[in-house]
Amino acid sequence: MQAAEIEALIVAGIPDARVEITDLAGDGDHYAARVVAESFRGQPRVRQHQRVYAALGDRMGGALHALQLSTGTPD
Amino acid sequence: MTDATTRIDEIVRSNDVVLFMKGTALFPQCGFSSRAIAILDHLGVGYETVDVLQDGEIRQGIKAYSDWPTIPQLYVKGEFVGGSDIMMEMYEAGELQQLLDDKQVAKAG
Repeated sequence: MQAAEIEALIVAGIPDARVEITDLAGDGDHYAARVVAESFRGQPRVRQHQRVYAALGDRMGGALHALQLSTGTPD
Repeated sequence: MTDATTRIDEIVRSNDVVLFMKGTALFPQCGFSSRAIAILDHLGVGYETVDVLQDGEIRQGIKAYSDWPTIPQLYVKGEFVGGSDIMMEMYEAGELQQLLDDKQVAKAG
């Protein structure tokens, strides 16, 4: 899966998200994503991650094997 | 509830700290599970593990159980805490130790 594709899916699901993708292994399979969104404010971490996973749909664990995820709100 | 949900529920309720993972504490079969074990060992907390690779029903069921698509998953006193990324963030912020203290979880014997 391409980094741009991951970013597009996350933004489609969470329109106010700023997404930064890092290809960890250079193999198109192991990525880190940093997702920052104002709409995360006040939500527990588990909920923030669930929203990102929901945006990625059934690709998690499938086409997208490994995604190291961190979430936060703008400073 | 499905059979898998009932079984998961029993495991989660009967262990103070339980990690659903790929492989075992001694031989984790995935980098994320390995990281989760390293964090628990650093905290010195007593924990149980469930190897989802040995049980297809639990492997599928656990994803629906907490609406969480990935493994590992950590539960403390019956409550879903998160996956390895959340564990790492909480560990670095001192929040995981705080959670264990708040819930009065025993150290490893």
